[in-house]
Amino acid sequence: MTRNLDKLLQTLPDDDVLSQCIHCGMCLATCPTYELTKLERSSPRGRIRLIHAVAKGEIQITGTFAYEMNFCLDCEACETACPAGVKYGSMVQASRALIARAGHETLLKKIIKKIIFRHLLLYPERFRAVARLLYYYQNSRIRRGIHSSKVMKKYFGFLIELDKLAPPVSKVFGNELIPEIIMPYKKSGYKTAVLTGCLMDVMFAGVNLDTVDVLKKLNCEVIKPGNQFCCGSLPGHNGDFLTAKELARKNIDAFEKYEYDYLVSNSSGCGAFMKEYKYLLKEDPLYAAKAEVFSNKVKDIMEFISEKFPHVTYNNFNETVTYHDACHLVHSQKIFNEPRRILNSINELKLIELEEASWCCGSAGIYNIIHYKDSMKLLERKMNHIRGTKAKIVLAGNHGCIAQLKYGALKFNVNVEVQHPVTLIKNIL
Amino acid sequence: MNSSVKERIKSIVGKTNFTDSHEDLLCYSYDGTALLHQLPEAVIFPGNEEQLSLIMKLANEELFNVVPRGSGTGLSGGSIPVDNSLVVAMTKWNKILEIDTHNLTVTVQPGVITGKLQSEVEKTGLFYPPDPGSLNVCTIGGNVANNAGGLRGLKYGVTKNYVLGAEMILPNGELLKTGGKNVKDVAGYNLRDFIVGSEGTLGIITKIILKLIPIPAKSITILAGFDRLIDSAQAVSDIIAAHITPCMMEFLDKITINCVEDYTNIGLPRSSEALLLIEVDGRGSIVEDDAETIKNILYKNKASSIKSASSVEEAVILKTARRSAFSALARKRPTTILEDATVPRSELPVMIEKVTQAASLFDVTFGNFGHAGDGNLHPTCLTDERDIKEIDRAHKAFDFIFNEAIKLGGTITGEHGTGLAKKQFLEKVAGLPGMELMKKIKCSVDENNILNPGKIFTISPRCEGSLPSRREQIKKFR
Repeated sequence: MTRNLDKLLQTLPDDDVLSQCIHCGMCLATCPTYELTKLERSSPRGRIRLIHAVAKGEIQITGTFAYEMNFCLDCEACETACPAGVKYGSMVQASRALIARAGHETLLKKIIKKIIFRHLLLYPERFRAVARLLYYYQNSRIRRGIHSSKVMKKYFGFLIELDKLAPPVSKVFGNELIPEIIMPYKKSGYKTAVLTGCLMDVMFAGVNLDTVDVLKKLNCEVIKPGNQFCCGSLPGHNGDFLTAKELARKNIDAFEKYEYDYLVSNSSGCGAFMKEYKYLLKEDPLYAAKAEVFSNKVKDIMEFISEKFPHVTYNNFNETVTYHDACHLVHSQKIFNEPRRILNSINELKLIELEEASWCCGSAGIYNIIHYKDSMKLLERKMNHIRGTKAKIVLAGNHGCIAQLKYGALKFNVNVEVQHPVTLIKNIL
Repeated sequence: MNSSVKERIKSIVGKTNFTDSHEDLLCYSYDGTALLHQLPEAVIFPGNEEQLSLIMKLANEELFNVVPRGSGTGLSGGSIPVDNSLVVAMTKWNKILEIDTHNLTVTVQPGVITGKLQSEVEKTGLFYPPDPGSLNVCTIGGNVANNAGGLRGLKYGVTKNYVLGAEMILPNGELLKTGGKNVKDVAGYNLRDFIVGSEGTLGIITKIILKLIPIPAKSITILAGFDRLIDSAQAVSDIIAAHITPCMMEFLDKITINCVEDYTNIGLPRSSEALLLIEVDGRGSIVEDDAETIKNILYKNKASSIKSASSVEEAVILKTARRSAFSALARKRPTTILEDATVPRSELPVMIEKVTQAASLFDVTFGNFGHAGDGNLHPTCLTDERDIKEIDRAHKAFDFIFNEAIKLGGTITGEHGTGLAKKQFLEKVAGLPGMELMKKIKCSVDENNILNPGKIFTISPRCEGSLPSRREQIKKFR
């Protein structure tokens, strides 16, 4: 058992990384879960202390430990707040892997990880087939019947809420609509590649099409490699590194066949994770170098436009807009000024700063399924701030946030349209 | 602490406000202080004054120790648990009870975050100046207990200058109310100032009334780089000699500049040996005049770069960057031992020199920054707690620094408090009669020495059990 545990503990970052936290507490102010509980163990500093204790053998991997590690949103707001540069995200993700191996996961999480991560994300055809079924269900009378039934509501209330939380599946998937290679109108831009993604593609196909449209209008060539996969961020952030690495390698293989300058991502979670492939695969003798090349080419769409096309002129857009920072844009990729710079350059557009704009909305991958109640507390806080801006449109650069905010607008009765910034840009470019 | 005592504590505060799980005990075994840790026996989140009072009475009866705690950002070990102790976490007491715009006061619970307090009062055009580096995290109760300072101390003073009244539960369980909204109040001993800076050894603060002032109309923030440390120190002396009182005058040395720049990427001059961040504020044209005079003095003292913040946002970014200095230094080494030796401000150049000397004498690395205008330096030893020999040398270097500070007429701590980290040096500053008086006060308020014992000084014969020590010595749960 001891040897077994020692082997397990090797999953955790080494002592040098764990010792970097000087427990100054600067992270407490930005941690949404600490704000919810005011308990030190729900703070980044407390969690690092616990991971340290597990690594040192001071405590065992307990239910409380597992709960706290999974209670964390992995929003990485603490990394932005940490002057010492502690890599908290990687510690928590590693501890989640450890928890999974030690068998301390909740049943719901185990099921999601087994079915979705292992059996769907790795097989895009299966994933799309399930999405197709979901589409038929969402548009069927059965769903309406279930939602209006009092009996169902009484016994399966939570499942019905989850059902409402799921954004509508697109009628046609982006993957089918976007051709493999689109030549630009004028050959003056960049060669760009796009990842259609898993959820973005089936639930927000429109955003993918808008992205391609914007790139086309910016005179960029757009390449969509055929045999591409989910980026792997969902498994990666939930401690399933095996699946994450497999997906990363498959994507590197798929994109390697094409020549392109930048891989432009419209989903903050995917963008952030693909930028991390080089760390994920750094010990893989075959893929380390390839991953480095791959990651260095990844850019978020807002980052790409702001950097490469700072002087583009947009049509006038007379509307009040507010902007919600997706965690994996602002905290993981440090993209804060870029979208604001673009929005401020649009004539007549009135950008109203959102209070606590860079706080997590509670979506956080599969967090809103696994920690529904906590997620809703954060969402309510977010929606109240959005209501306060009185803006007509709220923008968010990540599909998870968009789905969550749309659900929040309905649930908390906020009159606001939720959009991806690229959709707004497409309409005025 | 045996289980029947724990049961009695639970029955006072309620099951949900009590924890003694291994995970929680670990998470309350530290504060912001380097090296020192100890596990408590249990942690509670009391709901009201009556519960606190009952807990104190129980502590006297069962002879366990009580350690009050806010956000745990202290830097002298004031809220680290001691032997056989119960941590009383006050973080949930976070309500601002009243902002009185007629009397210019604010009444708060002790768990209110200082930065939150400031932004709330600023909405009404009022201003609470003390701004410790951790203001977005630390609690006002902790600020009062440690008489916290901050960047703006130079012009606006420290926490004690703003406390008008307070309530606290004494170790015998009684509720002490002192002061109020009166600007003048000389009835009896000044018990209010006796609470400020008592480091949680005389009572647990439950309510605070603070003085507010009108918010300054405008401010100008100036950043100046220097090629020589000594020039920056001379510039500070010259500005004070010119009878200008900026609201802040902050100093950063090269290592600190680079660590802060690594974190913030705001374009600080990396090659400068020293940086001064100066802010003047007030009303009318005096602000511009003062800024102009300061720039001339900086120029005369060979500043290699002088620039003013172009907007309020830029000024905020610069100040926020300065506040990150302590934690940013941890980019170099995993352990940062921060002290706050303070000297009369005319002695600042000598003191900076002494820190450099300590580094070379004891072969350790220091990052140095601080409130230059106050003579309050933060020499920070960049080390690694896993290297025991180096830690020993660091301690020797600090001995040297403290002794030099005292020789210059200075003190061992300007704003962090004595706590555990500096108690061995206290006698050198306070003198024997001072020490005796402090101990007598403590003994008369806290007969059984149950409240945060072992902090500031040791009551002899020593009875507080083993005190917090290095992390490696923490008992393992098995």
